[in-house]
Amino acid sequence: MKIAIFPPNSLILADLVERKGHEPLVLQKEIRKKVTDPEIDSPPFNITEEEPIKGLKYAAIEVPSGIRGRMAIFGPLIEAAEAAIIMEDAPFGFGCIGCARTNELCMYFLRKQGIPVLELHYPETREETMEVVNQINAFLDGLEAKDDPKGGD
Amino acid sequence: MVKIAQISCGTDYSGVQKEIEKAAATFGAEIIIPEADLDYINEAYQKFGFNAASSSIRLMIARAMSLVEGKSDADAVFIATCFRCAEGALVRNEIRRFIQQNTNLPVVTYSFTERTKADELFIRMEALSTIVVRKSILAREKQEGLTLGIDSGSTTTKVALMENDRVIGTGWVPTTDVIACSQDAMDQAFADTGYKIDDVDGVGVTGYGRLTIGKHMNAQLIQEELSVNAKGAVYLAGHQKGEATVLDIGGMDNKVITVNDGIPDNFTMGGICAGASGRFLEITSRRLGVDISELGPLALKGNFKDALLNSYCIVFGIQDLVTSLAAGNSKENVAAAACYSVAEQVYEQQLQEIDVREPLIQVGGTSLIDGLVEAVSTVLGGIDVIVPEYSSHIGAVGSALLVSGLGDQMK
Repeated sequence: MKIAIFPPNSLILADLVERKGHEPLVLQKEIRKKVTDPEIDSPPFNITEEEPIKGLKYAAIEVPSGIRGRMAIFGPLIEAAEAAIIMEDAPFGFGCIGCARTNELCMYFLRKQGIPVLELHYPETREETMEVVNQINAFLDGLEAKDDPKGGD
Repeated sequence: MVKIAQISCGTDYSGVQKEIEKAAATFGAEIIIPEADLDYINEAYQKFGFNAASSSIRLMIARAMSLVEGKSDADAVFIATCFRCAEGALVRNEIRRFIQQNTNLPVVTYSFTERTKADELFIRMEALSTIVVRKSILAREKQEGLTLGIDSGSTTTKVALMENDRVIGTGWVPTTDVIACSQDAMDQAFADTGYKIDDVDGVGVTGYGRLTIGKHMNAQLIQEELSVNAKGAVYLAGHQKGEATVLDIGGMDNKVITVNDGIPDNFTMGGICAGASGRFLEITSRRLGVDISELGPLALKGNFKDALLNSYCIVFGIQDLVTSLAAGNSKENVAAAACYSVAEQVYEQQLQEIDVREPLIQVGGTSLIDGLVEAVSTVLGGIDVIVPEYSSHIGAVGSALLVSGLGDQMK
């Protein structure tokens, strides 16, 4: 199944999803389509004024262009999602899209999609981390079971 | 008394709360604040699913939820947040959709500044109030009998004569003397129809001169142009259900109205810059030596990218135009660039204040300039733009349609 993750560029969440045989809808794949030249530090981003206009589908025109530009890239991922994992309060090293308002809107849209959503808070201790990983695995296994009436392997 | 529920953030600290209450009171309405206690705020915003950082915005969500869940009672809803607050803009629109999807309450939204005064809110409050009081009339989707609609605008007076859901005559004259002009426009509309004013079942009036003409004609319906134009546009476009945006780029001012099931819920109007209006295109066509009616087809043949033109100011815009022609650019390219520039100015100056919803129904005299319609669609990312038949007469058609909803009151 196609699983949206939030933050959408979290390598850890993407890896957990992939290990369970699902497809993580990650930001990196979309960003890659927008990179025009290979550079190490800051690859030039081919975002033009077209993106904020495309983002109008997700946020009103009075909403700042940066949010709409981000939504032009994240919005289609949210629409394609068949399930979602949301990690709230994560430090930016875990994955980050750099805008609190976009975070709020993305999470709201994911909740409104009518798809299974697992909501988690970023773990602070070893025990909490193990618990979170177990919850994610159980959620993903549950999806598989629903997807395959025989209950997978 | 009409009860308007206020769902807002920042009105007190912006100093505009009194203005909102004053505007509502002017139209016989009372502002009420939906109930929400502390526990309910947490419950409501979590249920809604938008984890806003600002607690006042969470309170807005709780108040909206309170209305939807029937914990508070109101006839209409006014949703407002500070201009330029991104979180406010996001939540304002999501709350509007939430209330419209779950109740039948009319909703108007607004983003205010500290300079917002009661008179800027009048037309919104008047629209909310009339939507509540005249709900049955606004629900009318079909015109019956023989009715006359008059739109007494600041620049032109438009008249539409309708019979059994069809427009059978129209009139259009530049406004000078309000009453004499409406008479001339009526004469045009009645010509060749075989009818005269005494045959008409009802007269509806809208526009700036509505009170004067309404009194003179003893009209059965005198209504502000916001709800009439919205209704006329969705009726003519065959889009009476669902969401839409009505755009009228006028000769001097522009209106953008967003509608839900034919009822307006937000509105913006501007009239400061001629570069964002039909006036610029009028001057452009004069400079190109073509009639304004030829400008549209000419623009469709050109490519706006090939001529540098920016109408952010009409003086510099015309200077650009002259320079472009002198540099050897074709009339077609310049016409296309002029249309694109006006569309871009309208986008930057006005459409940014409102959430544009598809389809966009373009109306008014400038909707007849094909090049401008195409430019509006391009500027908005290829959005679906509908130009209905009689698009320059929407106010008159809307009035004729709505007055036929008055039924027995007409005779």
